[in-house]
Amino acid sequence: MARVEVIVNGTKKSGEVEDRTLLVNFLRDSLGLTGTHVGCDTSQCGCCTVHMNGRAVKSCTVLAVQANGADVVTIEGMAKNGELHPVQRAFTECHGLQCGFCTPGMVMAVAGFLKDNPNPSEEEIHKGLEGNLCRCTGYINIVKAV
Amino acid sequence: MYAFEYVKPRSLKEVSAFLKANPEARPLAGGMTLIPTLKARLAQPTHLVDLAALEELRGIELQGSTLTIGAGTRHNDVMRSEHVRQAIPALAELAGRIGDPAVRNLGTLGGSVANNDPAADYPAAVLALGAKIVTDRREIAADDYFQGMFATALDAGELIVRIAFPVPKRAAYEKFAHPASGYAMTGVFVAETANGVRVAVTGAGPGVFRWKEAEAALAKKVAADSVSGLRMAADDLNEDIHGSREYRANLVNVLTKRAVARIAGR
Repeated sequence: MARVEVIVNGTKKSGEVEDRTLLVNFLRDSLGLTGTHVGCDTSQCGCCTVHMNGRAVKSCTVLAVQANGADVVTIEGMAKNGELHPVQRAFTECHGLQCGFCTPGMVMAVAGFLKDNPNPSEEEIHKGLEGNLCRCTGYINIVKAV
Repeated sequence: MYAFEYVKPRSLKEVSAFLKANPEARPLAGGMTLIPTLKARLAQPTHLVDLAALEELRGIELQGSTLTIGAGTRHNDVMRSEHVRQAIPALAELAGRIGDPAVRNLGTLGGSVANNDPAADYPAAVLALGAKIVTDRREIAADDYFQGMFATALDAGELIVRIAFPVPKRAAYEKFAHPASGYAMTGVFVAETANGVRVAVTGAGPGVFRWKEAEAALAKKVAADSVSGLRMAADDLNEDIHGSREYRANLVNVLTKRAVARIAGR
């Protein structure tokens, strides 16, 4: 077992985990932050995307112990003072979702990629979303939202 | 995943000593291959030795005609580095086409080259550019380093510290990516170096290899016409549900021509 301390959405959280515990399981099972979804569990779909030290990562492919001391932001940390994050607002306005299962990961991936490239072309948006799958195939409105 | 113990040493020395004392321990770089491997229970290490804290594995330096990249450098940092974009833009482009953005935020140069997946991108650049792999024990020339599918010249517990790339006159990477995984169905890196033109092929065969016939043809003239009549032999190439060996041989022909056209101008 290992003790991990992670800043999650601005608050210091800690817990005892097995060394092999994945970050996504720590967030969901230990901290109850179930907005981060497990889709494929094989690093393909991006539903579990969170930000670790400011970078979008797939939390199903990171160990909780690797995040020890890191700053982690999940979908629950995006809205501030009751105001949706601009990316969340854009997804709402453009209806960038169908069933909604992939949406938290999409929002986190998009917010991460816009930090690097705030004014992407349509092709760059497609490339930026390469690691996130929408099985409803609702990509048109997702791209519009971006 | 089977259970293991996680350790995060602060120095390269500590890592080397730990790996020596624990032969079944595995170093953990970005984890983009290792963690999925563990999740599939395809490996059962006693320990994971996280390399993330090692200063020795960081940094990108351009000195004269050599670009040196620390083994712990993430793909996205290679892609964005001004030094890399200036000295070897084809290498920055290659890094930007590995996996997807989240994978590139964690995956590392050293991890990819140590793993030597037969469909990984970096091995093509390392081999075509004739780079030098610097480990915690010695320097290994790219031509001696890659030894087939997942096999390298690294000894047990030996770690890549950095890779030194000679800056080429011109270089280009062309890749036909698998649409789901992003891995190279075939990727061809062509580099015009001080020692002639080198052509390295990844994804098509059981490991990265040089296409010597194309190199010989390009030695006469660096132009797409020089290689347009060549045909890669299919016999030793990979065949799977994604493509036959003949299909991959054709990809080698086409991608080589495209890469050469990019450096030579049409």
